[in-house]
Amino acid sequence: MSTTTVAHHDEYADHPNGIMRWLTTTNHKDIGTMYLTFSLIMFLVGGSMILGIRAELFQPGLQLMNPDFFNQLIGVHALIMIFAALMPAATGFANWMIPLQIGAPDMALPRLNNWGFWLLPPSAILLTLPFTLALFGIGDGALATGWTFYPPLSIQGGIGVDFAIFAVHLLGISSVLGSINIIVTLFNMRAPGMTLMKMPMFAWGWLITAFLLIATIPVLAGAVTMLLTDRHFGTHFFDAAGGGDPIMFQHLFWFFGHPEVYILLLPVWGFIPQILQTFSRKPMYGYKAQVYSLIAIGAMSIIVWAHHFFTAGMPVPALLYFMYSTMAISLPLAVLFFCWIKTMWRGSMSFETPMLFTVGWIILFGIGGLTGLVLADVAADAQYHNSYFVVAHFHYTLFAGGIMGIMAGVYYWLPKMTGHMYNEKLGQLHFWLTAISFNLTFIPQFFLGLAGMPRRIPDYALQFAEFNMISSISAFVLGLSQLIFVYNIISTARGGKKATDQVWEGAEGLEWTLSSPPPYHSFSEQPTVK
Amino acid sequence: MLKQAMKKIGFGLLLLLTAPLALAEFRWNFPEPVTPMALDTLHVHNKFMLIVAVIFVVVLAIMIYSLIKHRKSIGHQAVADKAPSTATEIFWTLIPFVILLVIDFVIMGIPAYHSVIMMEDTRNESDMVVKVTGSQWRWQYEYMGNTDKGSEDGLIDAKGIKFVSNLSTPQDQVNGTAPPVDTPDSPYLLDVDNRLVLPVGAKVRILMTSTDVLHNWWVPQFGSSRVAVPGFIRETWVQVDKAGTYRGQCKELCGKGHGYMPVVVDALPKEEYAAWVALKKNEINEQAAGADKEWTKDELMEQGKVVYEKNCAVCHQVTGAGLPPAFPALTGSKITTSPIFDANGKYLPDSHMDRVLNGVRVMPAWKAILNDSEIAAVITYERNALGNSVGDVIQPAQVKAARQ
Ligand code: HEM
Ligand SMILES: [Cu+2]
Repeated sequence: MSTTTVAHHDEYADHPNGIMRWLTTTNHKDIGTMYLTFSLIMFLVGGSMILGIRAELFQPGLQLMNPDFFNQLIGVHALIMIFAALMPAATGFANWMIPLQIGAPDMALPRLNNWGFWLLPPSAILLTLPFTLALFGIGDGALATGWTFYPPLSIQGGIGVDFAIFAVHLLGISSVLGSINIIVTLFNMRAPGMTLMKMPMFAWGWLITAFLLIATIPVLAGAVTMLLTDRHFGTHFFDAAGGGDPIMFQHLFWFFGHPEVYILLLPVWGFIPQILQTFSRKPMYGYKAQVYSLIAIGAMSIIVWAHHFFTAGMPVPALLYFMYSTMAISLPLAVLFFCWIKTMWRGSMSFETPMLFTVGWIILFGIGGLTGLVLADVAADAQYHNSYFVVAHFHYTLFAGGIMGIMAGVYYWLPKMTGHMYNEKLGQLHFWLTAISFNLTFIPQFFLGLAGMPRRIPDYALQFAEFNMISSISAFVLGLSQLIFVYNIISTARGGKKATDQVWEGAEGLEWTLSSPPPYHSFSEQPTVK
Repeated sequence: MLKQAMKKIGFGLLLLLTAPLALAEFRWNFPEPVTPMALDTLHVHNKFMLIVAVIFVVVLAIMIYSLIKHRKSIGHQAVADKAPSTATEIFWTLIPFVILLVIDFVIMGIPAYHSVIMMEDTRNESDMVVKVTGSQWRWQYEYMGNTDKGSEDGLIDAKGIKFVSNLSTPQDQVNGTAPPVDTPDSPYLLDVDNRLVLPVGAKVRILMTSTDVLHNWWVPQFGSSRVAVPGFIRETWVQVDKAGTYRGQCKELCGKGHGYMPVVVDALPKEEYAAWVALKKNEINEQAAGADKEWTKDELMEQGKVVYEKNCAVCHQVTGAGLPPAFPALTGSKITTSPIFDANGKYLPDSHMDRVLNGVRVMPAWKAILNDSEIAAVITYERNALGNSVGDVIQPAQVKAARQ
């Protein structure tokens, strides 16, 4: 009797149980779990929205919704996927894994961490509430400007735009808080002997991400605040009639927006090499080269923003500068690809689900990166820009490069986090369905774009019908396949085959020295790294 | 709704199965280029796509080789890595770096440079100037006249011609209450009432602006696409080398009508173009005469209906019921039923005339878009149809006076 009490005391006495545990927790693993859960839910919400869109685009003619509602769905889909699904997933992993990987007991600023998370649910509500209000006749729905908020359209918009602006503010604050926490943790709490150049790659990816967030989120916050004052307080930042310029907003927005795409991907570039080395049973190739490439990509991402609006009119020297600087990002990226493949080369590979997702990720993200290289060409971009070609390109980077990377991470770490093995058969099925239907969804969109179909239109000319139909059907398969993923996660969390501490035969790193699941306070005794 | 969706999916699956057999209109690359810029873009695109495809296939092949040969299940042992020396590591990572460097800045970089210079060269050697104005949700075209070179080349001067170009697909098809109808002359969603007409072979400098939000004037076969920014002038150019009709769409999200803003251009041989210009100028003269004459109520109502359905019905609906709260009803509204002129015959602020001429919030100002007779006609129509019966008649002369 007394022994159980003692054991119990060790583990739980310093924090509440039940619902209060989750509401008040400052524990990095609890917070990580909440982030990941939130992300999964929002992934499904954002996904259902786009299925509505794909249903409408299934064949020519307007069938299910009016054009305004269509525009709302597109904008909110993007905001949710970027800010509420992809970013929180990466932050969830950061919370879970960074302390484990660097041998720390917790994050450096636990209370800040709690705050960072609890800003998310209100902003998710702000994003989705306008739909609901519109049902009761209040306002005219969510923002219908696309996720980019371009004025003057966003100045015309209704109350939904204000909601989205406040949501972005909250999300931004949350990201900055999280970034501060990660930087402080990585600089102060590494185990003795772990120099920066011995830090796990995932930590490096996040360190650069955190700096990018701190550098760019305030610019976004400033831009949308200026928009807000233009809307309601008579300023004319973006109105030519008052001396402003609508294109200035695009500069401000993309000064944040382009680094943002790397913010979404750098954490993934961090753990992909870790997964590769595990399943190749061989140390990652070119650790230093990869670290320097990540730093280079992070730095370069801040200087290429205007390639998102080449057709908005710019002087020739500016066009040339943004074209060549954009192309230059492919150099460090090529080094990364090379290192990943070299890591697999002459290894001893096995293909459990995390490895399947990783290999698929390399191929598909490769398509995203290479089509991005082509987009950098100013003249050709006049054709690609705002056509479905771009939609396909950025889904190869954001869905394949972002979400599928995160999925690799989930399968990789789920046994560590829950202490149970997931169902391998279902995992593999999930991979194949996702990979195939993803390609069938987006390859047709490349051709649609080339043929001349603009993005963000609710109805289209008949010449685009066939490809759209293929794309829609595949999108539904893609969407439904994710239910397998959800089921697999839930059933793994509930129980199943016990996972060993090391979980994967080739896994190396501090997180695999702890039990699965790790104790509530991760490292009560600091490990040393040689 | 669900039932409709199910039906749609079932129907679609059926189509999908039969589509490859029926002549499916799959298109795998840019449509046929008809301007030097589009031709250049196509070449650049094909070349770059080939390069990236080769990179992709080579890398993929190496990777797949490794995936097959270096599997654990066939007993491949990971090479015992003694950590490579820093020098080797640098050497091996420099290789992809250098390859890409050459591809980016030499093989791709040099042609890309020339394309940019060509694309931005809007002024040299241009023959004429056309101003394109985007509005929610229509294009306005105004011929600004020939350049010296154009006149020397014997191009007829079209200066002064201006008109509005609206989607001509019937509203019931657009709203989804009737199935889409497609004919070669008038493809669904890609046809307009007034097309931009350009002479074949002439270099046309295009000035671009907007009255409300951002729009983007895009014809894929021209390779040019440029954002129309309110309050600013942007420019691009086209030189159509082949006679024909070319279609495109607005490419910048511009509100609920974004998908319904087609661009249609007729490129005519020089003589036919000259004939068109002459015809247009004649029309303008007739209209100018029309603006001075007294119109009957029936004439005004007849023309007013046409103007209304083309320009106003998108927002206020064909019946005048509007789409409140964003777009107010005209039927029985205060504005359409209260007086327009005060005792001295001066038009009142915030009156029906004022609204139509100058717009309010999202409602555009029509004074630059419609001529005097059209405005007189549409106001008369709105006051005596759509469930209203005020009874008064507005003459073009009154509109002309109100403009001052
Ligand atoms: C090799 C790396 C990349 C290059 C060279 C590149 C280049 C470009 C260029 C030039 C555009 C502008 C296209 C246009 O005019 O519409 C663009 C658009 C876009 N890219 Fe990338 N990109 C790269 C990677 C990424 C990644 C990693 C992501 C996301 C995770 C991404 C997401 C996007 C998005 C969302 C857009 C659409 C912007 C919009 O019009 O709303 N790109 N990219
Ligand atoms: Cu438009």
